[in-house]
Amino acid sequence: MNHNLYRKRLWTNRIGIGLSMIAMVMGLSVLLWILFVLFKNGFAAIDLNMFTQSTPAPGSEGGGLANAIVGSLMLVGFATLISTPIGILAGVYLAEFGTRSRIAELTRFMTDIMLSAPSIVLGLFVYAIIVAQVKHFSGWAGTVALALIAIPVVLRTTENMLRLVPGSLREAAYALGAPQWKVALMVTLRAAKSGVVTGVLLALARISGETAPLLFTALNNQFFSMDMSKPMSNLPVVIFQFAMSPYDNWIRLAWGGALLITLTVLVLNILARVFFREKISH
Amino acid sequence: MAETQDLQLKTAIQIRRLNFFYGKFQGLKDINLDIAERKVTAFIGPSGCGKSTLLRTLNRMYSLYPGQRAEGEINFYGQNILDPKQDLNLLRARIGMVFQKPTPFPMSIYDNIAFGVRLYENLSKGNMDERVEWALTKTALWNEAKDKLSQSGLALSGGQQQRLCIARSVAVKPSVILLDEPTSALDPISTAKIEELVHELKSDYTVAIVTHNMQQAARVSDFTAYMYLGEMVEFGQTDQLFIKPKKKETEDYITGRFG
Repeated sequence: MNHNLYRKRLWTNRIGIGLSMIAMVMGLSVLLWILFVLFKNGFAAIDLNMFTQSTPAPGSEGGGLANAIVGSLMLVGFATLISTPIGILAGVYLAEFGTRSRIAELTRFMTDIMLSAPSIVLGLFVYAIIVAQVKHFSGWAGTVALALIAIPVVLRTTENMLRLVPGSLREAAYALGAPQWKVALMVTLRAAKSGVVTGVLLALARISGETAPLLFTALNNQFFSMDMSKPMSNLPVVIFQFAMSPYDNWIRLAWGGALLITLTVLVLNILARVFFREKISH
Repeated sequence: MAETQDLQLKTAIQIRRLNFFYGKFQGLKDINLDIAERKVTAFIGPSGCGKSTLLRTLNRMYSLYPGQRAEGEINFYGQNILDPKQDLNLLRARIGMVFQKPTPFPMSIYDNIAFGVRLYENLSKGNMDERVEWALTKTALWNEAKDKLSQSGLALSGGQQQRLCIARSVAVKPSVILLDEPTSALDPISTAKIEELVHELKSDYTVAIVTHNMQQAARVSDFTAYMYLGEMVEFGQTDQLFIKPKKKETEDYITGRFG
């Protein structure tokens, strides 16, 4: 055995591991720093008033985020209701029906572009086709913008999860004389269920923090409102406006809102992992 | 062909001048074969000889894949199923198939069986219950599964899953059952149970089975076809083919000198 060669390899190995450890610590420490600042300021801001009162007027004391929390829930909720069926059915089409067709290729290509398109562009698009036409901001416009962001996420996950379903399962269903739509909806989609749910949850997590597309669609509303045809308050835009304000109570609420969104995204990601693990264990 | 006609058996499937292509590659060459009604016909041969391909032409499974095509005639009680006008779903309801790996659907044991039945029959709850019990009893799974009908089919063991798949095929009351190496993923005890089952099935169904295992072919089948490189080398009654093969190639294969 060549002793020098062995020592050289040993040292290369140590340097390699050392460098990657340093990179890991750098990345992780920034993340922990962000979380530390957020938790410190966020938990200090959270109190009961935050959930019961609406956003305060400039210069007034106290206030909460009730209107923004409800607004966000409604915007994200409706966006999920719109994007889930469209995304899943389109994903089924791509994976089960149009695998080789021109339209499917085009859809796949457009979806990839939509996935990486900056969300502000989608917001601007919705502004142009809805807000500029009806001449006022509204919760519906915000919902459409969020749905446009969620659809490609749900679609792509659904397609990928269906592709993981073994062909033998499809063949077994065809072998009983089942027509294609029944095979797709009752057998393959069911087999991919937990993966598809994971996709929906990840899309939910993605849109619950989106700010840019809401800036010129749902805008904001200082008062409590559940009217989707009017401008609607929502957490991301409130954080954006309040964090840059000169008022202490506004800044405090912005931290509280930021913590709420982070916790929601965290919970959604954990749920997605749990669902996906269930799939693997099958 | 001569062998089945001599025995005065009714032919369920008559294959004439069948050629099969995977794109440009020819998988089957001029196959002629009669599959007798209510008998077990086994296809044996080394890997890649075309035995699974032949089985998959009988329910037109290959039609799922563009680029695969068959030429010639496969007459199923007089009707050429290679006719482009053939309704594939109806055909597959009459010619069932069980695959190499157990493929339970991601639903309950009960629904695994009811799924296929519901496609072509509108049964009341009571009649469906009876049908499920009948199919599970027929495949010797009723005693093991009767208390967990609402559990997922995936919760069963591999051998039980395979019997569930056979039960699922039997439940739609086809006239032919195709078995594509049904025991190659199973342990010896499960294999023995499936073989017993094949024996039972032939009193009601025409069975065609592909197997890697020559002893299995000898045990379960009435007729055996030995295939090599896409060609039908020899076809005949199983005991004759194994005891006194007419061709040298067949003898080499079954005695283990080749393959």
